[in-house]
Amino acid sequence: MNDSHQEVFDNIKGTVGDVTVADPKMRLSNVNVFYGEKQAIFDVSLDIANNEVIAMIGPSGCGKSTFLRCLNRMNDTIPTCRVSGEMSLDGEDLYGPSLDTVLLRARVGMVFQKPNPFAKSIYDNVAYGPRIHGLAGNRAELDEIVIESLQKAGLYEEVKDRLEAPGTSLSGGQQQRLCIARTIAVSPEVILMDEPCSALDPIATARIEELIDELRQNYAIAIVTHSMQQAARVSQRTAYFHLGKLVEVGSTNQIFTNPAHELTENYITGRFG
Amino acid sequence: MSDNKDPQVTPDIPASGEPGRVRRDTTAQVRSTLAKRYAAEKRFRFYGIAAICASLAFLVVLLTSIFIKGWPAFTHAYVKMNITLDADTLELSENPGAEELRAANYGGVIKKSLQEKFPEVKKRKEKKALYALLSNSGEYLLSDMVIANPDLIGQTIEVWLPADDETGALLKSNHDLSKPDTIVTRMSDQQIAMTKTLQDAGETDVRFNKTFFTAGDSREPEQAGIRAALIGSALTLLVTFLLSFPIAVAAAIYLEEFAPQNRWTDLVEVNINNLAAVPSIVFGLLGLAVFINYFHLPRSAPVVGGIVLSLMTLPTIIIASRAALKAVPPSIREAGRGLGASDQQVVWHHVLPLAMPGILTGTIIGLAQALGETAPLLMIGMVAFIVDVPQGFTDAATVLPVQVFLWADSPERAFVEKTSAAIIVLLVFLILMNAIAVLLRKKFERRW
Repeated sequence: MNDSHQEVFDNIKGTVGDVTVADPKMRLSNVNVFYGEKQAIFDVSLDIANNEVIAMIGPSGCGKSTFLRCLNRMNDTIPTCRVSGEMSLDGEDLYGPSLDTVLLRARVGMVFQKPNPFAKSIYDNVAYGPRIHGLAGNRAELDEIVIESLQKAGLYEEVKDRLEAPGTSLSGGQQQRLCIARTIAVSPEVILMDEPCSALDPIATARIEELIDELRQNYAIAIVTHSMQQAARVSQRTAYFHLGKLVEVGSTNQIFTNPAHELTENYITGRFG
Repeated sequence: MSDNKDPQVTPDIPASGEPGRVRRDTTAQVRSTLAKRYAAEKRFRFYGIAAICASLAFLVVLLTSIFIKGWPAFTHAYVKMNITLDADTLELSENPGAEELRAANYGGVIKKSLQEKFPEVKKRKEKKALYALLSNSGEYLLSDMVIANPDLIGQTIEVWLPADDETGALLKSNHDLSKPDTIVTRMSDQQIAMTKTLQDAGETDVRFNKTFFTAGDSREPEQAGIRAALIGSALTLLVTFLLSFPIAVAAAIYLEEFAPQNRWTDLVEVNINNLAAVPSIVFGLLGLAVFINYFHLPRSAPVVGGIVLSLMTLPTIIIASRAALKAVPPSIREAGRGLGASDQQVVWHHVLPLAMPGILTGTIIGLAQALGETAPLLMIGMVAFIVDVPQGFTDAATVLPVQVFLWADSPERAFVEKTSAAIIVLLVFLILMNAIAVLLRKKFERRW
């Protein structure tokens, strides 16, 4: 961190805007994340509401993905990573003894930046989650879950004749929708999306965005994105991260039309990023 | 970007300098080096082709010489004999039992039949030379026939009996038997003449050598076979595979997927790499000291050979398996964990199937090494002279490369072709093993 960065960093004092909501699905307070000696997230508090899409934006390396990965404890797999702070899902402590990571990740699903279908058939990709969690009692139930998930992800019509084809044979956009279908097949309560459209063309992106909007009816969704247009299009609330701190939170409308913090304004007007 | 090596952009030169010095003519610059670059590329390609041609030439020379030398061992010369199985010559009683039938004087009837063919041979020494034309395995052949069908006693039967190794070599070669001076052989001129008589009468024939694939080792080249060594190799390799594959894959998975990164795992890793470099004879000594002297496992047995070879194979498979596991993209692991799969489920359901082709390749390399290994097996006694085909993992056995070593050491000329033939069998074994591995790999890969 050079001097000008240090100055900017020191000048971010707390978060502008209300980080809490009335009925939070997830509540995170005073989260700090360290990679070895290096601190990546500084004292971030944020609520995630039901039936809402919250967009996390900010320049590269600002910690938004790291923060997102705290929400389903994906950071646990990095040996040097340490997380502190209070995090809860429906009031239940994420690090509490009753909430195992397997259970947590079944409740908080995740869609990754690069489409990463399993080396299995389309059917098996979607059926994998329900299978390992024993969500379907028999083949008919499993079929139903798979078809319903593919329909919700808007992929069913395109693949219904070749469910046994490998998931990797699909196009990039289809693969990402397959990954979304795979995630919703487990019936999670929250879906985390880490730049889900960064590897996709505009048409595929538009389809995913439509899908996100539909999914909002049933799930709480947190999405990390580099595209401000995308944040503006799909989200109801937006959180702006900078240098590991949460600078500003507010309704998407307010953030994009009337940002309160100077850094937010600079970022969304494209002065840096 | 502080030290800029790009020749076209030199911002360090002060703006007051000539503009031509700041921007060079890229096109001319590149064009002047093009010819040199293409020449270098061409040279490089030539080196590659030359290297491949050289290795191919070596391979062709090697294989050709082995096949030319080894081919005759797959055939053997037989002599047509009219044998009268009369009870008197066989020294049999009125109603012989099985034991008596086995011990009967079959050599006598063969000798009698030979004498009928060459009535002019009278002297003791000449007779001995005549009898030496046929292999003494003919007795066992007759014995088996008579035991299977005792009614043959008293009849005259026509059988093809195997020739002695020297006679066989002569009959298989294209030498002109009328000029014995030109032939290099241990046979006397008289024996050559007798052989010629038989050949001219059409009473000799060169046929496929079944004995080579059905018999164990023998001091007599024409009775020596590869079967004992082949079965020994198969049993030993089976033990090696059953031990080394699961242990190595389990070790690789633990080290790659679960082990914490600390000094202990580093130490283990260094030691595994070192083990791969230990001379194989050291493993043989270890096997002798630990498995035979301490645990009192049987000597010369495939089970001990297999254990020793799996010690040698383990590091190879572990290193290859770890590389294969490492090559599986981390995004697959994340996808699995993101859905709530446990670490173990991620490994079994996603990582291992994708790494399987690489693991199989490593396994086959390790097993191929084990198949060709001689030194450690000498230490545990698998160099023994094995006549009986091993029936199980604890029977005394030898393996193909040791058989090659033993035959290469034998003085009889006929063992030269046997040696090459054993190498051919070893190569075929290896090719079959690799083919199975390729098929298995295809099967795993075809799924994606």
